[in-house]
Amino acid sequence: MKLSGARALRNPRSDAEIFRTRAIVGFLLIALGLGALIARFVFLQIQRGAEFAETSDKQRISVRSVAPARGLIYDRNGTLLADNIAAFRLEVVPEAVAGGRKGLDKMLAELGDVIAISDDDIERFQSARAKKKAFESVPLRLKLSEDEIARFSVDRWRFPGVEVVPYLTRAYPLRSLFTHVVGYVGRIDAKELEHLDASAYAGTTHIGKTGVERWYEDELHGTPGSETVEVGADGRVRRTLDHIPPTPGKNLYLSLDARLQRATEDVLGSRLGAAIAIDPRNGEVLAMVSEPGFDGNLFVNGISRADYAQLIDDPRKPLLNRAIAGAFLPGSTMKPFVAAAGLELGLRRPSDTVVSTGEFHIPGQKRGYRDDFPAGSVDLKLAIAWSVNTYFYSLALELGIDRFSNFLGRFGFGAKTGIDIAGEAVGVLPSAEWKRKTQNKAWYPGETVIAGIGQGYWVVTPIQLAHALSVIAAKGANRPPHVLHAMQEGIGLSPQPAPLPLPGPSVIAHPGNWKAIEEGMSLAVNGPPPSTVSGLGQGFPYAIAGKTGTAERYSRYDETWTSIATSAAERHQVLFECFAPAEEPRIAVIVALETGKSGASDAAPIARKILDAWLKYDDDAPSPRVAQQDAR
Amino acid sequence: MTFEFDHPGTRLRLLARRWLRAPALDWPLALGLLLLGGVGLITLYSAGDLDAKIVLNQSARFVLGTVLLLLISRISPQNLRKWTPWLYLGSVLLLVIVAVLGEGRGANRWLDLKLVRFQPSELAKLTMPMMAAWVLSRRELPPKFFSLAIVAVLIAIPAGLIAKQPDLGTALLVVAGGMFAIFLAGMAWWRIGLVAAAAAAAAPMAWHFMHDYQKKRLFTFLDPAADRLGDGWHIMQSEIAVGSGGLWGKGWHHGTQSQLEFLPEHTTDFIFAVFSEEWGLIGVIAVIVLYLFIVGRGLTIAANARDTYSRLLAGSFSMSFFVYVMVNGGMVAGILPVVGVPMPLISYGGTSVVALLAGFGMLMAIHNHRRTPR
Repeated sequence: MKLSGARALRNPRSDAEIFRTRAIVGFLLIALGLGALIARFVFLQIQRGAEFAETSDKQRISVRSVAPARGLIYDRNGTLLADNIAAFRLEVVPEAVAGGRKGLDKMLAELGDVIAISDDDIERFQSARAKKKAFESVPLRLKLSEDEIARFSVDRWRFPGVEVVPYLTRAYPLRSLFTHVVGYVGRIDAKELEHLDASAYAGTTHIGKTGVERWYEDELHGTPGSETVEVGADGRVRRTLDHIPPTPGKNLYLSLDARLQRATEDVLGSRLGAAIAIDPRNGEVLAMVSEPGFDGNLFVNGISRADYAQLIDDPRKPLLNRAIAGAFLPGSTMKPFVAAAGLELGLRRPSDTVVSTGEFHIPGQKRGYRDDFPAGSVDLKLAIAWSVNTYFYSLALELGIDRFSNFLGRFGFGAKTGIDIAGEAVGVLPSAEWKRKTQNKAWYPGETVIAGIGQGYWVVTPIQLAHALSVIAAKGANRPPHVLHAMQEGIGLSPQPAPLPLPGPSVIAHPGNWKAIEEGMSLAVNGPPPSTVSGLGQGFPYAIAGKTGTAERYSRYDETWTSIATSAAERHQVLFECFAPAEEPRIAVIVALETGKSGASDAAPIARKILDAWLKYDDDAPSPRVAQQDAR
Repeated sequence: MTFEFDHPGTRLRLLARRWLRAPALDWPLALGLLLLGGVGLITLYSAGDLDAKIVLNQSARFVLGTVLLLLISRISPQNLRKWTPWLYLGSVLLLVIVAVLGEGRGANRWLDLKLVRFQPSELAKLTMPMMAAWVLSRRELPPKFFSLAIVAVLIAIPAGLIAKQPDLGTALLVVAGGMFAIFLAGMAWWRIGLVAAAAAAAAPMAWHFMHDYQKKRLFTFLDPAADRLGDGWHIMQSEIAVGSGGLWGKGWHHGTQSQLEFLPEHTTDFIFAVFSEEWGLIGVIAVIVLYLFIVGRGLTIAANARDTYSRLLAGSFSMSFFVYVMVNGGMVAGILPVVGVPMPLISYGGTSVVALLAGFGMLMAIHNHRRTPR
């Protein structure tokens, strides 16, 4: 230490000079180093600046879909058939539940003592939870009752992270009355997800599964809005940058009248079958009931296994929409259409007569075809009014199967009517070609004979029959049946009438031919016995024209019923078709029952009661009223 | 001293009054540091999402550092030189204590003195250049092999202890402090070349002595995308932050990368990424130029120093200041591996700020006792 002072003074000049040089070199190197650093920043911020800016935006900005409100469905008078109602559900934020996975299981078990939570609910909750972040809310139980909400709020302190949250859910206020027409919505399933437009359905949980809900899915769904949000590195939303509100789905006004629908359901009672009332002037369906019905509300928020099993196991098949997918043998209800074929193709004039002896033979064959009513010589009018089989046996045989099926195909048999309700069946229009295709067998003339009275291979749906009947009623004009009456873009705007489906080619060219058929059907209702439904039109202000059908449910070759363990009352599929007023029809009605004694005894009185109800409500094509309610 | 007052309190008061009336500072350097501190606090306020608490915390450290700077600026370099071996010994001792019973997150860097917690390695960053200057100034310059060997050993002791903590970044800074002293003392160029060649040859060997996490960091640095969710995340997010700043930046407190927490450690090691994002290339150049100015000013003070010890101390401290900027800036820009070296006077963290300001206090002291007095 003592030396240090002397040492420091040694040769200071030279030390300082060395230092100066080194310091300058050092400073230059440092400047070079910092220059290189700046060069790197230039590269990142200028050269690749735009690219990084984009990356930065991409990871912070997220566009979320905001689901639109589904369009409402009304009947033609503005009665609400499908509504969106506020409901409450239980949601869980997994992150906020203490104790991790175990804590979650414990919470679910304890919560189960307060509010009923099914295994289905838990399963759904767990799978939904797996797809979300821990801080995102996951629905656990939908549609809480007021009682459940009250019970939960008492115990709420025990369940941090569990919330009662309001949401909109689909509801069908008339319950089972319109389920077969309107259908129902349900949660989007994996299969549907594959076909859906992902951008349009992002944020949407439900989709139309059946009926009108399915058919008009695109109209009802609406256009989703979007919300541009800024998210942090943890995925939490920090703020909303932009919000485009969704456009709600269109409101639909159906052509059906809820009052007539209710009356139709009432008169059908517990009979298995379907009834349809249609306006032949435009093809609008006024009432359409398939019995038994079921409550579509069950399906909206996920049907419970027990409820579903009950519906599936019910021998009465409530899920089957008999009006558009029920398989019926038309029986004698086919006769007016066969008659139209004979007249239009020039094989019969209305005055031509055929002799009925009680049995019909194909020339040269021994086998006889039964005619329960040996009426003697009948013309077309009487043949329809008295339902004389022989007349139609011989006519069908003369037409031959090709001309027969060709002409009856014009009425829409054997093809979908195109009614705007999902789930329609095709039925069977007997033809040689059909038999070859489906059974790979040749056609026999005997099969043509029985086809002439609506037996044999025939399968029709009530809507097909209603369509064909409305063609007859409209004097040959082919107006496809439909249920959409008008559409409304939004509450407050006036509903715009829906364009009618394109009419098909007219089926009856000569008014005289129509007149002959109409007279036959009128006589069936208004003539004295043996007219099939004599007296049915009593007390009705308009003339009714109709035709019964009593189709053999069982083996058509077996003349003895002994092998069948059913009573006479259940032996047949029974049908009735009619329209009124006979001269200028405004309504056509089909009643089709799966079991019954005869069309005249079982189906016809039901049809009359439907006509009675219609009389009360018919205000001759009213325009739909705008729903008088506040925007939801 | 010519003062004859007996009362120590009166003497101290007079001293303080004199200091305050005429603080002996190099004004350009003081202004540079003030500017940098201002930039640091403003950036911290934004990076900390307008949390006044951490800004106040940091300000308190600045105040403490400034007081220390003012006090040290009054000490004559002769005294500093006298105390140097003891200070060096003290810091090595503290490093040993830390090695035995230190604490800290993952690495044993901290010493808890109840009142304050600090990292002895920060102290070593000051005592290392002091000690190197002390040894080198005792013998004839340029230094011969013997002095170089002694300095090398004196560098290796604290550097080894710090590297073992493990804190490679700080060890590097300590080594740099000593090396710069040797360089400025005039170590022959051929020797420098030889050492550089030896270092290059030894690099593969160093691999064996590296911790797994250090190896991993090196791998991640070479290919950040391979570890997209782990350490690579830091590097990538930092590059995104810097790059998305562009020429003009996103504006103060509009740096989405840090505000939305994509950027990790955005108040400490990666705060310069926040600054780059919000102030753009313009801001980056301004700050780097400011750093260069401070280094240059420090070297000027060194060149004007009265004796060899002061020169070497001031010079090596100023140059090692550059290493901070280079290592942190390079890390933020993705051209150097992630090591825990703060951006000087900008990163949040107490010991670093206080130690740096104390170091600049020595520079001020050397300036006050320069060759051509006022």
